[in-house]
Amino acid sequence: MIIEIEGLTKVYENKIRAVDDVSLDIEEGEVFGLLGPNGAGKTTLIHILATLIKPTAGTARVNGYDIMREQDMVRRSIGIVFQDPSSDDLLTGYENLKLHALMFNVPQAEREGRIRRLLELVGLSKRATDRVRYYSGGMRRRLELARGLLHSPRVLFLDEPTLGLDPQSREHVWGYIEELVKGGGLSIIITTHYMEEAERLCDRIAIIDQGKIAVLDTPRSLKEAIGGEVVRLKIKDPNLEDLDLNYIKKADRRGDYLYLTVEEASKHLQEILKRVGEVESVELRTPTLNDVFLHYTGKEMREGTPEGGYVERIIQARERR
Amino acid sequence: MRELTGLYALWLREFIVFRRERSRIASALFMPLLWIFIFGTGLGSKVSIAGMDYRTFIFPGILSMAILFTSLFFGVYIVWDRKIDFLKEVMVAPLSRTTIFMGKVIGGITDSLLESAIILVFGLFIGISYTPYSLTVAYLFIILLAIGMVSMGLIIGSLMESPEGFGMVVSFVAFPMFFLSGALFHVDDLPAWLAFLVFLDPVTYAVDGLRGTLLGVSRFSLALDLALLALFSSSMVIIGTQIFNRMKV
Repeated sequence: MIIEIEGLTKVYENKIRAVDDVSLDIEEGEVFGLLGPNGAGKTTLIHILATLIKPTAGTARVNGYDIMREQDMVRRSIGIVFQDPSSDDLLTGYENLKLHALMFNVPQAEREGRIRRLLELVGLSKRATDRVRYYSGGMRRRLELARGLLHSPRVLFLDEPTLGLDPQSREHVWGYIEELVKGGGLSIIITTHYMEEAERLCDRIAIIDQGKIAVLDTPRSLKEAIGGEVVRLKIKDPNLEDLDLNYIKKADRRGDYLYLTVEEASKHLQEILKRVGEVESVELRTPTLNDVFLHYTGKEMREGTPEGGYVERIIQARERR
Repeated sequence: MRELTGLYALWLREFIVFRRERSRIASALFMPLLWIFIFGTGLGSKVSIAGMDYRTFIFPGILSMAILFTSLFFGVYIVWDRKIDFLKEVMVAPLSRTTIFMGKVIGGITDSLLESAIILVFGLFIGISYTPYSLTVAYLFIILLAIGMVSMGLIIGSLMESPEGFGMVVSFVAFPMFFLSGALFHVDDLPAWLAFLVFLDPVTYAVDGLRGTLLGVSRFSLALDLALLALFSSSMVIIGTQIFNRMKV
Protein backbone atom coordinates (compact mmCIF):
# COMPACT_ATOMS: atom_id res chain seq x y z
CA MET A 1 0.00 0.00 0.00
CA ILE A 2 1.40 3.36 -0.95
CA ILE A 3 -1.11 5.21 1.25
CA GLU A 4 -2.81 3.91 4.37
CA ILE A 5 -5.37 6.13 6.06
CA GLU A 6 -6.96 5.25 9.37
CA GLY A 7 -9.79 7.13 10.99
CA LEU A 8 -8.56 10.47 9.70
CA THR A 9 -10.60 13.40 11.01
CA LYS A 10 -10.23 17.14 10.72
CA VAL A 11 -12.45 19.50 12.65
CA TYR A 12 -11.81 23.17 11.91
CA GLU A 13 -12.07 25.92 14.47
CA ASN A 14 -15.56 26.74 13.23
CA LYS A 15 -16.55 23.17 14.23
CA ILE A 16 -16.92 22.05 10.62
CA ARG A 17 -15.92 18.41 10.20
CA ALA A 18 -14.14 18.74 6.88
CA VAL A 19 -12.86 15.17 7.04
CA ASP A 20 -14.87 12.76 9.12
CA ASP A 21 -13.34 9.45 10.15
CA VAL A 22 -11.95 8.47 6.75
CA SER A 23 -10.17 5.12 6.36
CA LEU A 24 -8.74 4.17 3.03
CA ASP A 25 -5.93 2.21 1.38
CA ILE A 26 -4.45 3.17 -1.94
CA GLU A 27 -2.34 0.75 -3.90
CA GLU A 28 0.96 1.39 -5.55
CA GLY A 29 0.62 2.43 -9.18
CA GLU A 30 -3.06 3.19 -8.78
CA VAL A 31 -4.86 6.26 -10.08
CA PHE A 32 -7.30 7.05 -7.33
CA GLY A 33 -10.08 9.59 -7.60
CA LEU A 34 -11.68 11.57 -4.82
CA LEU A 35 -14.96 12.73 -6.27
CA GLY A 36 -17.26 15.16 -4.58
CA PRO A 37 -18.76 18.63 -4.70
CA ASN A 38 -16.95 21.75 -3.50
CA GLY A 39 -16.56 21.73 0.25
CA ALA A 40 -16.79 17.95 0.50
CA GLY A 41 -13.39 17.79 2.20
CA LYS A 42 -11.27 16.54 -0.71
CA THR A 43 -8.69 19.31 -0.52
CA THR A 44 -8.45 19.09 3.26
CA LEU A 45 -7.80 15.36 2.98
CA ILE A 46 -5.02 15.91 0.44
CA HIS A 47 -3.47 18.70 2.49
CA ILE A 48 -3.40 16.44 5.53
CA LEU A 49 -1.64 13.71 3.52
CA ALA A 50 0.81 16.33 2.21
CA THR A 51 1.63 17.41 5.81
CA LEU A 52 0.24 20.92 5.33
CA ILE A 53 -2.59 20.46 7.82
CA LYS A 54 -2.50 18.49 11.05
CA PRO A 55 -5.39 16.07 11.51
CA THR A 56 -7.58 16.35 14.60
CA ALA A 57 -7.62 12.57 14.95
CA GLY A 58 -6.47 9.46 13.13
CA THR A 59 -3.28 8.56 11.34
CA ALA A 60 -1.99 8.03 7.84
CA ARG A 61 1.12 6.67 6.21
CA VAL A 62 2.37 7.79 2.83
CA ASN A 63 4.99 5.62 1.15
CA GLY A 64 5.35 3.94 4.55
CA TYR A 65 6.07 7.17 6.43
CA ASP A 66 3.89 8.57 9.19
CA ILE A 67 2.42 11.97 8.26
CA MET A 68 2.91 13.31 11.78
CA ARG A 69 6.24 11.83 12.85
CA GLU A 70 8.11 11.55 9.54
CA GLN A 71 7.02 14.70 7.74
CA ASP A 72 10.28 15.24 5.89
CA MET A 73 10.22 11.74 4.43
CA VAL A 74 6.57 12.16 3.46
CA ARG A 75 7.39 15.42 1.70
CA ARG A 76 10.22 13.80 -0.21
CA SER A 77 7.89 11.02 -1.35
CA ILE A 78 5.16 13.22 -2.76
CA GLY A 79 4.57 15.76 -5.48
CA ILE A 80 1.56 18.00 -5.41
CA VAL A 81 -0.25 20.25 -7.84
CA PHE A 82 -2.42 22.59 -5.85
CA GLN A 83 -5.89 23.69 -6.80
CA ASP A 84 -4.82 27.34 -6.95
CA PRO A 85 -1.79 28.49 -8.93
CA SER A 86 1.22 28.42 -6.64
CA SER A 87 4.16 29.38 -8.83
CA ASP A 88 5.86 32.76 -8.52
CA ASP A 89 4.69 34.79 -11.48
CA LEU A 90 7.63 37.20 -11.32
CA LEU A 91 9.95 34.30 -12.09
CA THR A 92 10.28 32.44 -15.37
CA GLY A 93 9.02 28.90 -15.79
CA TYR A 94 12.59 27.63 -15.74
CA GLU A 95 13.38 29.57 -12.55
CA ASN A 96 10.34 28.16 -10.79
CA LEU A 97 11.51 24.67 -11.65
CA LYS A 98 15.09 25.37 -10.64
CA LEU A 99 14.07 26.68 -7.22
CA HIS A 100 11.92 23.61 -6.71
CA ALA A 101 14.83 21.34 -7.66
CA LEU A 102 17.05 23.15 -5.15
CA MET A 103 14.49 23.02 -2.37
CA PHE A 104 13.94 19.31 -2.95
CA ASN A 105 17.66 18.70 -3.30
CA VAL A 106 17.59 17.12 -6.73
CA PRO A 107 21.23 16.05 -7.31
CA GLN A 108 23.08 18.75 -9.19
CA ALA A 109 24.21 16.36 -11.94
CA GLU A 110 20.59 15.54 -12.80
CA ARG A 111 19.03 18.94 -12.25
CA GLU A 112 19.28 20.54 -15.67
CA GLY A 113 18.52 17.33 -17.54
CA ARG A 114 15.36 16.67 -15.58
CA ILE A 115 14.15 20.24 -15.94
CA ARG A 116 14.68 20.06 -19.68
CA ARG A 117 12.89 16.70 -20.01
CA LEU A 118 9.90 17.82 -17.98
CA LEU A 119 9.57 21.11 -19.81
CA GLU A 120 9.49 19.06 -22.97
CA LEU A 121 6.91 16.65 -21.57
CA VAL A 122 4.47 19.47 -20.79
CA GLY A 123 5.29 21.32 -24.01
CA LEU A 124 6.80 24.43 -22.42
CA SER A 125 10.41 24.24 -23.67
CA LYS A 126 9.95 27.28 -25.88
CA ARG A 127 8.37 29.38 -23.15
CA ALA A 128 10.80 28.37 -20.38
CA THR A 129 12.48 31.77 -20.18
CA ASP A 130 9.23 33.75 -20.15
CA ARG A 131 7.91 35.00 -16.87
CA VAL A 132 5.03 32.93 -15.55
CA ARG A 133 3.01 36.16 -15.46
CA TYR A 134 2.68 35.88 -19.24
CA TYR A 135 1.52 32.24 -19.23
CA SER A 136 -2.06 31.21 -19.89
CA GLY A 137 -3.95 29.32 -17.20
CA GLY A 138 -3.38 26.04 -18.99
CA MET A 139 0.36 26.66 -19.40
CA ARG A 140 0.70 27.50 -15.75
CA ARG A 141 -1.08 24.31 -14.76
CA ARG A 142 1.28 22.33 -16.97
CA LEU A 143 4.29 24.05 -15.46
CA GLU A 144 3.09 23.15 -11.99
CA LEU A 145 2.52 19.58 -13.10
CA ALA A 146 6.13 19.46 -14.28
CA ARG A 147 7.23 20.99 -10.99
CA GLY A 148 5.37 18.35 -9.00
CA LEU A 149 7.24 15.61 -10.88
CA LEU A 150 10.68 17.21 -10.75
CA HIS A 151 11.93 15.41 -7.65
CA SER A 152 10.64 12.01 -8.89
CA PRO A 153 7.95 11.47 -6.25
CA ARG A 154 6.33 8.09 -5.58
CA VAL A 155 2.92 9.69 -5.13
CA LEU A 156 1.47 12.59 -7.08
CA PHE A 157 -1.46 14.57 -5.71
CA LEU A 158 -3.51 16.51 -8.23
CA ASP A 159 -6.07 18.80 -6.64
CA GLU A 160 -8.70 19.62 -9.29
CA PRO A 161 -6.08 19.45 -12.07
CA THR A 162 -8.35 20.86 -14.78
CA LEU A 163 -10.60 23.22 -12.81
CA GLY A 164 -11.30 26.32 -14.86
CA LEU A 165 -9.32 25.17 -17.90
CA ASP A 166 -10.74 25.33 -21.41
CA PRO A 167 -11.59 21.99 -23.07
CA GLN A 168 -8.38 21.92 -25.10
CA SER A 169 -6.09 22.54 -22.11
CA ARG A 170 -8.07 19.99 -20.15
CA GLU A 171 -7.49 17.42 -22.88
CA HIS A 172 -3.74 18.23 -22.75
CA VAL A 173 -3.53 17.76 -18.99
CA TRP A 174 -5.41 14.47 -19.22
CA GLY A 175 -3.03 13.35 -21.92
CA TYR A 176 0.01 14.05 -19.72
CA ILE A 177 -1.54 12.21 -16.79
CA GLU A 178 -2.22 9.20 -19.01
CA GLU A 179 1.41 9.32 -20.20
CA LEU A 180 2.62 9.29 -16.60
CA VAL A 181 0.44 6.33 -15.73
CA LYS A 182 1.85 4.36 -18.65
CA GLY A 183 5.35 4.86 -17.25
CA GLY A 184 4.26 2.86 -14.19
CA GLY A 185 5.35 3.01 -10.57
CA LEU A 186 3.78 6.38 -9.85
CA SER A 187 0.61 6.48 -7.79
CA ILE A 188 -1.73 9.36 -8.47
CA ILE A 189 -4.48 10.77 -6.29
CA ILE A 190 -6.84 13.11 -8.10
CA THR A 191 -9.57 15.21 -6.57
CA THR A 192 -12.21 16.36 -8.97
CA HIS A 193 -15.80 17.28 -9.30
CA TYR A 194 -15.79 16.52 -13.00
CA MET A 195 -17.41 13.14 -13.58
CA GLU A 196 -15.82 12.82 -16.98
CA GLU A 197 -12.36 13.31 -15.50
CA ALA A 198 -12.84 10.70 -12.80
CA GLU A 199 -14.26 8.23 -15.26
CA ARG A 200 -11.51 8.65 -17.81
CA LEU A 201 -8.49 8.60 -15.52
CA CYS A 202 -9.24 6.69 -12.34
CA ASP A 203 -8.85 3.02 -11.48
CA ARG A 204 -10.94 3.48 -8.37
CA ILE A 205 -13.13 6.30 -7.13
CA ALA A 206 -14.23 7.29 -3.66
CA ILE A 207 -17.28 9.49 -3.57
CA ILE A 208 -16.87 11.99 -0.76
CA ASP A 209 -19.74 13.85 0.77
CA GLN A 210 -19.52 16.02 3.87
CA GLY A 211 -16.14 14.63 4.84
CA LYS A 212 -17.18 10.99 4.62
CA ILE A 213 -16.62 8.33 2.00
CA ALA A 214 -20.08 7.53 0.68
CA VAL A 215 -18.88 4.72 -1.53
CA LEU A 216 -15.64 3.39 -3.01
CA ASP A 217 -15.23 1.19 -6.08
CA THR A 218 -14.15 1.09 -9.71
CA PRO A 219 -16.09 3.43 -12.00
CA ARG A 220 -17.64 0.43 -13.73
CA SER A 221 -18.83 -1.34 -10.58
CA LEU A 222 -20.18 1.91 -9.23
CA LYS A 223 -22.34 2.27 -12.25
CA GLU A 224 -23.37 -1.37 -12.25
CA ALA A 225 -24.34 -1.13 -8.62
CA ILE A 226 -27.18 1.15 -9.57
CA GLY A 227 -28.70 -1.95 -11.10
CA GLY A 228 -30.22 -0.74 -14.30
CA GLU A 229 -30.61 2.16 -16.63
CA VAL A 230 -31.90 5.58 -15.77
CA VAL A 231 -35.15 6.86 -17.17
CA ARG A 232 -35.70 10.57 -16.83
CA LEU A 233 -39.23 11.81 -17.32
CA LYS A 234 -40.37 15.40 -17.48
CA ILE A 235 -43.76 15.20 -15.91
CA LYS A 236 -46.02 17.43 -13.84
CA ASP A 237 -48.18 14.94 -11.97
CA PRO A 238 -46.64 11.50 -11.94
CA ASN A 239 -48.92 8.73 -10.94
CA LEU A 240 -46.53 7.00 -8.59
CA GLU A 241 -48.92 4.51 -7.07
CA ASP A 242 -49.34 2.51 -10.23
CA LEU A 243 -45.58 2.33 -10.67
CA ASP A 244 -44.87 -0.02 -7.80
CA LEU A 245 -43.38 -2.68 -10.05
CA ASN A 246 -40.61 -5.25 -9.63
CA TYR A 247 -38.31 -3.88 -12.30
CA ILE A 248 -38.19 -0.31 -10.89
CA LYS A 249 -35.31 -0.18 -8.44
CA LYS A 250 -35.59 3.40 -7.40
CA ALA A 251 -37.68 6.48 -7.99
CA ASP A 252 -36.56 10.05 -7.30
CA ARG A 253 -38.49 13.21 -7.89
CA ARG A 254 -36.44 16.36 -8.48
CA GLY A 255 -38.28 19.46 -9.63
CA ASP A 256 -40.18 18.71 -12.79
CA TYR A 257 -38.28 15.51 -13.34
CA LEU A 258 -38.87 11.99 -12.24
CA TYR A 259 -35.80 9.74 -12.19
CA LEU A 260 -36.40 6.01 -12.33
CA THR A 261 -33.77 3.32 -12.14
CA VAL A 262 -35.10 0.50 -14.24
CA GLU A 263 -33.89 -3.01 -15.01
CA GLU A 264 -33.97 -3.78 -18.73
CA ALA A 265 -35.46 -0.37 -19.29
CA SER A 266 -35.99 -0.59 -23.03
CA LYS A 267 -38.24 -3.56 -22.50
CA HIS A 268 -40.33 -1.90 -19.80
CA LEU A 269 -40.44 1.65 -21.01
CA GLN A 270 -43.75 1.30 -22.79
CA GLU A 271 -45.49 0.02 -19.68
CA ILE A 272 -44.04 2.78 -17.53
CA LEU A 273 -45.23 5.46 -19.89
CA LYS A 274 -48.67 3.94 -19.95
CA ARG A 275 -49.02 4.09 -16.18
CA VAL A 276 -47.19 7.19 -15.10
CA GLY A 277 -49.47 9.76 -16.71
CA GLU A 278 -48.94 12.52 -19.20
CA VAL A 279 -45.22 12.93 -19.98
CA GLU A 280 -43.60 15.97 -21.61
CA SER A 281 -40.32 14.31 -22.49
CA VAL A 282 -38.44 11.06 -21.92
CA GLU A 283 -34.75 10.27 -21.74
CA LEU A 284 -33.24 6.83 -21.35
CA ARG A 285 -29.56 6.42 -20.54
CA THR A 286 -27.01 4.14 -18.98
CA PRO A 287 -26.05 5.43 -15.54
CA THR A 288 -23.34 8.09 -15.29
CA LEU A 289 -21.25 8.84 -12.25
CA ASN A 290 -23.63 11.72 -11.70
CA ASP A 291 -26.40 9.19 -11.21
CA VAL A 292 -24.09 7.23 -8.93
CA PHE A 293 -23.48 10.34 -6.91
CA LEU A 294 -27.18 11.04 -6.68
CA HIS A 295 -27.83 7.43 -5.76
CA TYR A 296 -25.40 7.39 -2.83
CA THR A 297 -25.72 10.88 -1.46
CA GLY A 298 -29.25 11.80 -2.44
CA LYS A 299 -27.84 14.99 -3.96
CA GLU A 300 -27.26 16.21 -7.45
CA MET A 301 -23.71 17.02 -8.38
CA ARG A 302 -23.31 20.00 -10.65
CA GLU A 303 -20.29 20.55 -12.78
CA GLY A 304 -18.28 23.71 -13.06
CA THR A 305 -19.42 25.45 -9.91
CA PRO A 306 -17.56 28.75 -9.86
CA GLU A 307 -15.69 28.41 -6.59
CA GLY A 308 -13.03 30.69 -7.99
CA GLY A 309 -11.68 29.01 -11.06
CA TYR A 310 -8.01 28.63 -11.70
CA VAL A 311 -7.84 31.31 -14.34
CA GLU A 312 -9.84 33.83 -12.30
CA ARG A 313 -7.45 33.29 -9.41
CA ILE A 314 -4.49 34.10 -11.64
CA ILE A 315 -6.13 37.29 -12.81
CA GLN A 316 -6.92 38.32 -9.26
CA ALA A 317 -3.41 37.60 -8.05
CA ARG A 318 -1.99 39.58 -10.93
CA GLU A 319 -4.13 42.60 -10.17
CA ARG A 320 -3.18 42.52 -6.53
CA ARG A 321 0.53 42.39 -7.08
CA MET B 1 23.72 20.27 3.15
CA ARG B 2 20.07 19.77 2.17
CA GLU B 3 19.04 22.68 4.36
CA LEU B 4 21.83 24.89 3.02
CA THR B 5 20.80 24.23 -0.59
CA GLY B 6 17.23 25.04 0.41
CA LEU B 7 18.37 28.23 2.12
CA TYR B 8 20.20 29.20 -1.06
CA ALA B 9 17.07 28.52 -3.15
CA LEU B 10 14.91 30.70 -0.90
CA TRP B 11 17.44 33.51 -0.98
CA LEU B 12 17.88 33.17 -4.76
CA ARG B 13 14.16 33.66 -5.29
CA GLU B 14 14.12 36.86 -3.24
CA PHE B 15 17.17 38.11 -5.05
CA ILE B 16 15.77 37.46 -8.54
CA VAL B 17 12.54 39.23 -7.63
CA PHE B 18 14.48 42.11 -6.10
CA ARG B 19 16.54 42.46 -9.28
CA ARG B 20 13.38 42.52 -11.38
CA GLU B 21 11.75 45.20 -9.26
CA ARG B 22 14.40 47.89 -9.37
CA SER B 23 11.82 50.52 -8.54
CA ARG B 24 11.82 49.02 -5.06
CA ILE B 25 15.31 50.31 -4.30
CA ALA B 26 14.66 53.69 -5.89
CA SER B 27 11.58 54.26 -3.76
CA ALA B 28 13.38 53.01 -0.67
CA LEU B 29 16.16 55.56 -1.21
CA PHE B 30 13.84 58.48 -1.83
CA MET B 31 12.83 59.24 1.77
CA PRO B 32 16.29 58.94 3.35
CA LEU B 33 17.77 61.26 0.73
CA LEU B 34 14.99 63.80 1.34
CA TRP B 35 15.73 63.71 5.05
CA ILE B 36 19.46 64.13 4.62
CA PHE B 37 19.59 66.69 1.84
CA ILE B 38 16.44 68.75 2.38
CA PHE B 39 15.62 68.46 6.05
CA GLY B 40 19.24 68.09 7.12
CA THR B 41 20.55 70.94 5.00
CA GLY B 42 17.62 73.21 5.85
CA LEU B 43 17.74 72.77 9.59
CA GLY B 44 21.53 72.42 9.52
CA SER B 45 21.97 75.99 8.28
CA LYS B 46 21.03 77.20 11.77
CA VAL B 47 21.37 74.18 14.06
CA SER B 48 24.32 72.18 15.21
CA ILE B 49 24.51 69.39 17.79
CA ALA B 50 27.54 68.02 19.61
CA GLY B 51 29.83 70.30 17.70
CA MET B 52 28.79 69.16 14.25
CA ASP B 53 26.25 70.46 11.79
CA TYR B 54 22.79 68.95 12.05
CA ARG B 55 22.92 67.21 8.68
CA THR B 56 26.00 65.27 9.68
CA PHE B 57 24.51 64.52 13.10
CA ILE B 58 21.36 62.90 11.71
CA PHE B 59 23.15 60.89 8.99
CA PRO B 60 23.53 57.71 11.12
CA GLY B 61 19.93 58.18 12.26
CA ILE B 62 18.62 58.41 8.71
CA LEU B 63 20.70 55.39 7.73
CA SER B 64 19.03 53.49 10.60
CA MET B 65 15.63 54.76 9.51
CA ALA B 66 16.18 53.46 5.98
CA ILE B 67 17.12 50.03 7.32
CA LEU B 68 14.22 50.06 9.79
CA PHE B 69 11.60 50.81 7.14
CA THR B 70 12.94 48.63 4.34
CA SER B 71 13.43 45.69 6.68
CA LEU B 72 10.13 45.94 8.52
CA PHE B 73 8.11 46.41 5.35
CA PHE B 74 9.83 43.42 3.78
CA GLY B 75 7.47 41.36 5.95
CA VAL B 76 4.69 42.15 3.48
CA TYR B 77 6.21 39.58 1.12
CA ILE B 78 5.23 36.76 3.43
CA VAL B 79 1.64 38.05 3.22
CA TRP B 80 2.00 37.99 -0.58
CA ASP B 81 3.51 34.53 -0.57
CA ARG B 82 0.44 33.28 1.22
CA LYS B 83 -1.87 35.20 -1.10
CA ILE B 84 -0.32 33.90 -4.31
CA ASP B 85 -0.11 30.45 -2.69
CA PHE B 86 3.63 30.22 -3.24
CA LEU B 87 3.86 29.62 0.51
CA LYS B 88 2.22 26.22 0.02
CA GLU B 89 4.91 25.25 -2.46
CA VAL B 90 7.57 26.21 0.09
CA MET B 91 5.79 24.50 2.97
CA VAL B 92 5.64 21.11 1.22
CA ALA B 93 9.39 21.20 0.59
CA PRO B 94 11.40 18.90 2.84
CA LEU B 95 13.00 21.81 4.71
CA SER B 96 12.81 22.78 8.35
CA ARG B 97 10.64 25.77 9.22
CA THR B 98 13.77 27.40 10.65
CA THR B 99 15.41 27.21 7.23
CA ILE B 100 12.32 28.66 5.58
CA PHE B 101 12.30 31.54 8.05
CA MET B 102 16.01 32.19 7.70
CA GLY B 103 15.79 32.07 3.90
CA LYS B 104 13.27 34.87 4.04
CA VAL B 105 15.38 36.81 6.56
CA ILE B 106 18.52 36.57 4.41
CA GLY B 107 16.50 37.61 1.37
CA GLY B 108 15.24 40.63 3.29
CA ILE B 109 18.55 41.79 4.70
CA THR B 110 20.06 41.63 1.21
CA ASP B 111 17.75 44.51 0.24
CA SER B 112 18.71 46.47 3.36
CA LEU B 113 22.44 45.89 2.93
CA LEU B 114 22.44 47.14 -0.65
CA GLU B 115 20.41 50.17 0.30
CA SER B 116 22.76 50.93 3.21
CA ALA B 117 25.76 50.77 0.89
CA ILE B 118 24.22 53.37 -1.39
CA ILE B 119 23.34 55.66 1.53
CA LEU B 120 26.88 55.33 2.87
CA VAL B 121 28.17 56.50 -0.51
CA PHE B 122 25.92 59.56 -0.27
CA GLY B 123 27.52 60.18 3.13
CA LEU B 124 30.73 61.04 1.30
CA PHE B 125 28.95 64.01 -0.31
CA ILE B 126 28.12 65.54 3.05
CA GLY B 127 31.66 65.16 4.29
CA ILE B 128 31.56 61.92 6.24
CA SER B 129 34.80 59.99 6.02
CA TYR B 130 35.18 56.28 6.59
CA THR B 131 37.96 54.03 7.73
CA PRO B 132 37.97 50.27 7.16
CA TYR B 133 37.41 49.90 10.89
CA SER B 134 34.48 52.30 11.11
CA LEU B 135 32.84 50.68 8.07
CA THR B 136 33.27 47.19 9.50
CA VAL B 137 31.71 48.16 12.81
CA ALA B 138 28.98 50.11 11.00
CA TYR B 139 28.10 47.03 8.94
CA LEU B 140 27.91 44.98 12.10
CA PHE B 141 25.22 47.33 13.37
CA ILE B 142 23.48 47.48 10.00
CA ILE B 143 23.30 43.69 9.73
CA LEU B 144 22.06 43.24 13.29
CA LEU B 145 19.40 45.91 12.90
CA ALA B 146 18.31 44.46 9.55
CA ILE B 147 18.06 40.92 10.95
CA GLY B 148 16.00 42.13 13.89
CA MET B 149 13.65 44.26 11.83
CA VAL B 150 13.19 41.80 8.95
CA SER B 151 12.34 39.16 11.56
CA MET B 152 9.89 41.49 13.26
CA GLY B 153 8.29 42.31 9.89
CA LEU B 154 7.99 38.61 9.06
CA ILE B 155 6.45 37.92 12.47
CA ILE B 156 3.81 40.59 11.87
CA GLY B 157 3.38 39.41 8.27
CA SER B 158 2.83 35.80 9.23
CA LEU B 159 -0.01 36.89 11.53
CA MET B 160 -1.71 39.11 8.94
CA GLU B 161 -4.19 38.18 6.24
CA SER B 162 -3.95 41.19 3.93
CA PRO B 163 -1.18 43.49 2.69
CA GLU B 164 -3.28 46.51 3.68
CA GLY B 165 -3.62 45.26 7.25
CA PHE B 166 0.08 44.60 7.34
CA GLY B 167 0.83 48.16 6.19
CA MET B 168 -1.35 49.62 8.92
CA VAL B 169 0.17 47.59 11.71
CA VAL B 170 3.74 48.15 10.58
CA SER B 171 3.24 51.91 10.30
CA PHE B 172 2.08 51.90 13.91
CA VAL B 173 5.30 50.15 14.88
CA ALA B 174 7.79 51.76 12.52
CA PHE B 175 7.11 55.46 13.06
CA PRO B 176 7.34 55.45 16.88
CA MET B 177 10.50 53.37 16.65
CA PHE B 178 12.01 55.88 14.25
CA PHE B 179 11.07 59.00 16.22
CA LEU B 180 12.06 57.52 19.57
CA SER B 181 15.41 56.26 18.36
CA GLY B 182 17.27 59.54 18.72
CA ALA B 183 17.78 59.59 14.95
CA LEU B 184 16.90 63.28 14.92
CA PHE B 185 17.99 64.43 18.40
CA HIS B 186 20.51 63.88 21.14
CA VAL B 187 19.31 61.41 23.75
CA ASP B 188 21.04 63.19 26.64
CA ASP B 189 19.11 65.42 29.01
CA LEU B 190 15.63 64.23 27.95
CA PRO B 191 12.63 64.39 30.31
CA ALA B 192 12.39 61.11 32.21
CA TRP B 193 9.24 59.85 30.46
CA LEU B 194 10.78 60.37 27.03
CA ALA B 195 14.14 58.95 28.06
CA PHE B 196 12.33 55.84 29.26
CA LEU B 197 10.64 55.30 25.89
CA VAL B 198 13.83 56.10 24.01
CA PHE B 199 15.83 53.54 25.93
CA LEU B 200 13.13 50.94 25.35
CA ASP B 201 13.46 51.34 21.59
CA PRO B 202 15.95 48.86 20.10
CA VAL B 203 16.67 51.22 17.20
CA THR B 204 18.18 53.67 19.72
CA TYR B 205 21.16 51.36 20.13
CA ALA B 206 21.68 51.02 16.39
CA VAL B 207 21.59 54.80 15.94
CA ASP B 208 23.90 55.33 18.91
CA GLY B 209 26.32 52.66 17.71
CA LEU B 210 26.41 53.97 14.15
CA ARG B 211 26.87 57.52 15.39
CA GLY B 212 29.68 56.28 17.60
CA THR B 213 31.57 54.48 14.89
CA LEU B 214 30.92 56.93 12.02
CA LEU B 215 31.07 60.26 13.90
CA GLY B 216 32.77 59.44 17.17
CA VAL B 217 29.82 60.66 19.31
CA SER B 218 27.75 58.26 21.37
CA ARG B 219 25.71 58.04 24.54
CA PHE B 220 26.63 54.45 25.37
CA SER B 221 29.71 52.36 24.74
CA LEU B 222 29.83 50.53 21.40
CA ALA B 223 29.99 47.22 23.24
CA LEU B 224 26.77 47.96 25.12
CA ASP B 225 25.01 49.14 21.95
CA LEU B 226 26.14 46.02 20.14
CA ALA B 227 25.12 43.69 22.97
CA LEU B 228 21.62 45.18 23.36
CA LEU B 229 20.99 45.21 19.62
CA ALA B 230 22.20 41.62 19.32
CA LEU B 231 19.89 40.65 22.17
CA PHE B 232 16.93 42.25 20.39
CA SER B 233 17.74 40.68 17.03
CA SER B 234 18.33 37.20 18.34
CA SER B 235 15.05 37.34 20.29
CA MET B 236 13.24 38.31 17.10
CA VAL B 237 14.84 35.43 15.20
CA ILE B 238 13.84 32.98 17.93
CA ILE B 239 10.26 34.24 18.10
CA GLY B 240 10.01 34.29 14.30
CA THR B 241 11.22 30.70 14.01
CA GLN B 242 8.67 29.63 16.62
CA ILE B 243 5.87 31.39 14.79
CA PHE B 244 6.86 29.91 11.42
CA ASN B 245 6.83 26.49 13.05
CA ARG B 246 3.20 26.96 13.94
CA MET B 247 2.16 28.94 10.89
CA LYS B 248 -0.83 27.71 8.90
CA VAL B 249 -0.74 27.86 5.14
